[in-house]
Amino acid sequence: MIKFALITASTISILTTFGILFSILFEAIAFFEVRSMWYFLTGTEWSPGIPGSKFGAVPIFAGTLMITFIAMCVAIPVGLGSAIYMSEYASHKTRSYLKPILEVLAGIPTVVYGFFAAITVAPFIVKAAAWFGLEATFNSALASGVVMGIMIIPVISSLSDDVIKAVPDSQRKASLGLGMTQGETIRNIVLPSALPGIISATLLGFSKAIGETMIVVMAAGLRPNLSINPLEDMTTVTVRIVDALVGDQAFNSPETLVAFALGLALFIVTLILNIISLSLIRKFKEKYKVNTL
Amino acid sequence: MIKRKDKQKDNPFYDPTLTKRHRSSRRFKRFTLTSLVFSIAFLIFFLFDIVTKGTPAFQQAYLKIDVTYSQEAKQNYRKAIDKKYQNIVSRAWLRTIPMEIENNPELLGTKTTIWVLADDQVDQYLKGHYYKLKRKDRALIDDMKADGHAELKFNEIFFKNGDSKTPEFAGLKSAIIGSILTLIITMVFAFPIGVMTAVYLEEFAEDNKFTQTIEVNINNLAAIPSILFGLLGLAIFINLFGLPRSSPLVGGLTLALMTLPIIIVSSRAALRAVPDSIRQAGYGLGLTKIEVTRDHVLPLAFPGILTGSIIGLAQAMGETAPLIIIGMIAFIPDSPSSIMEAATVMPAQLFTWAGMPERMYIEKTAAGIMVLLTILISLNALAIYLRKKYEVKW
Repeated sequence: MIKFALITASTISILTTFGILFSILFEAIAFFEVRSMWYFLTGTEWSPGIPGSKFGAVPIFAGTLMITFIAMCVAIPVGLGSAIYMSEYASHKTRSYLKPILEVLAGIPTVVYGFFAAITVAPFIVKAAAWFGLEATFNSALASGVVMGIMIIPVISSLSDDVIKAVPDSQRKASLGLGMTQGETIRNIVLPSALPGIISATLLGFSKAIGETMIVVMAAGLRPNLSINPLEDMTTVTVRIVDALVGDQAFNSPETLVAFALGLALFIVTLILNIISLSLIRKFKEKYKVNTL
Repeated sequence: MIKRKDKQKDNPFYDPTLTKRHRSSRRFKRFTLTSLVFSIAFLIFFLFDIVTKGTPAFQQAYLKIDVTYSQEAKQNYRKAIDKKYQNIVSRAWLRTIPMEIENNPELLGTKTTIWVLADDQVDQYLKGHYYKLKRKDRALIDDMKADGHAELKFNEIFFKNGDSKTPEFAGLKSAIIGSILTLIITMVFAFPIGVMTAVYLEEFAEDNKFTQTIEVNINNLAAIPSILFGLLGLAIFINLFGLPRSSPLVGGLTLALMTLPIIIVSSRAALRAVPDSIRQAGYGLGLTKIEVTRDHVLPLAFPGILTGSIIGLAQAMGETAPLIIIGMIAFIPDSPSSIMEAATVMPAQLFTWAGMPERMYIEKTAAGIMVLLTILISLNALAIYLRKKYEVKW
């Protein structure tokens, strides 16, 4: 009896995943029945709301990638650098203070980051760009990308720190004993050993950036824009999902259903990234027989 | 004495690149330290920025003027005050006058001098921010200020009122109540299910296909973007089950599914930390597996489970994206009285305010962020305190 209740509870996690998959899948299929899937994946014109609306998602995917790319340019070096300092250079005590401080960054709600990006960072970027004689919009991809990168720092630093810490000390000692400097030891011995875990952390950060909503809803633009200039406004998958669902359109109109098609794309991409990242970390654990993490 | 240089020359192990290598090593250390300092500096700058933007919102401008509670004022609230004050007194406050007379009939026909709420532009003017006021009104306020009839006072409205379309009248109350209702639903569903799943996986389950599927699922659920939970809530709870849109019930259920993996993972860690000797002692005394788990293992693991749940709660509290999808950004001036009514939650309220054009809403958003962050940090501090207090070294 009790065991049955326990199994039921556990089944809910499976049901949730399938619930997400099927609820999104069915509505997405409903969308692809009225609009071509091929055009959705390859079209470059996105114009919902007007007669003869078009749903070519390429500019939206491009915008998402652009903002994610900017975020990763901030998050990878800073996150990894912080992780290396905490695990290799800092004393045990310092590390025990530093780690929770970094994790405060992870605990800040994304709507707060969005506000910060829109009110403080975006105007600053406009001013800074003007200083260099460039023109930036108030919804620039750069503003949301940079703030998103800061949000992802703890995702990368926390996991990388655990992984680097888990590399056996014998490796470091062997390397130092052979006369390598500490920097060389870290770069040539420790980091390559921890690489699967670091890649895993990066992929998790990547998946988080792609799925991040509030920062881009508040700080990035609504205009699909196929451009490589980070000072222009761009839109992302999550922004368009929110935009499609807060409108007044009937639920079964393509303008609304397209949210689920975008959601499906988001689900598939993040799921693949998560699976790769989880299997990498499992490989690392097997290699060094790490129980925690 | 041998010179250092000669000594190096004679040394067969001397590496001429050594200085360079050491320099590179130091450079590397500096780089890692810089990145850490960058993250912490950002955090400090961010908090500083929010606090400087938000602090002014805890004060609000009030004006000391004559208010006439006449029959005319009951019909047309503008008649309650002198015409010259009309542009500088809050319209939202003026609108409450007829109701006030209705509720307190003895006020009718009296004239009193009281502190009344000022318009948001007056408020911004007194705080030295950007404002849109006519010169005539500005002169009037300057005069009143010199007489001590215009002052910044503690902003009670911010905590007493719900949302409003007039910025000086908008407060957090309905959002706080909405948040509480939503989080109660979240915990009522997520906590038992999460703990039960953890107990099953840790104590009862054998390692088979079924448990492995659950494992993989939990890990994946933890990493799925939160907005997709909003799509799930919309498609299943609202469209399929027909639960009311924007209600704390749907919001809470959606957040519960999101919080589940956090609770499961931390509860499992807490259960795993209970040493096997406890279980074996129980079996040795002839207890069944369920008795051992219920009476011995679970109570010992409980502080850890609680810590994880509080952290999950804090995360659910700050979540916005899925709630926007299920419609919790509606304009809700009144507090919800049941879980089926339309409600808004704190982060969604901040999102709405951040999108408003009036400058005063920026102030209110930042102040709301201060309130939200205070609650979140206290929750996390509570979790750390509980962990430290009940931490057992086996």
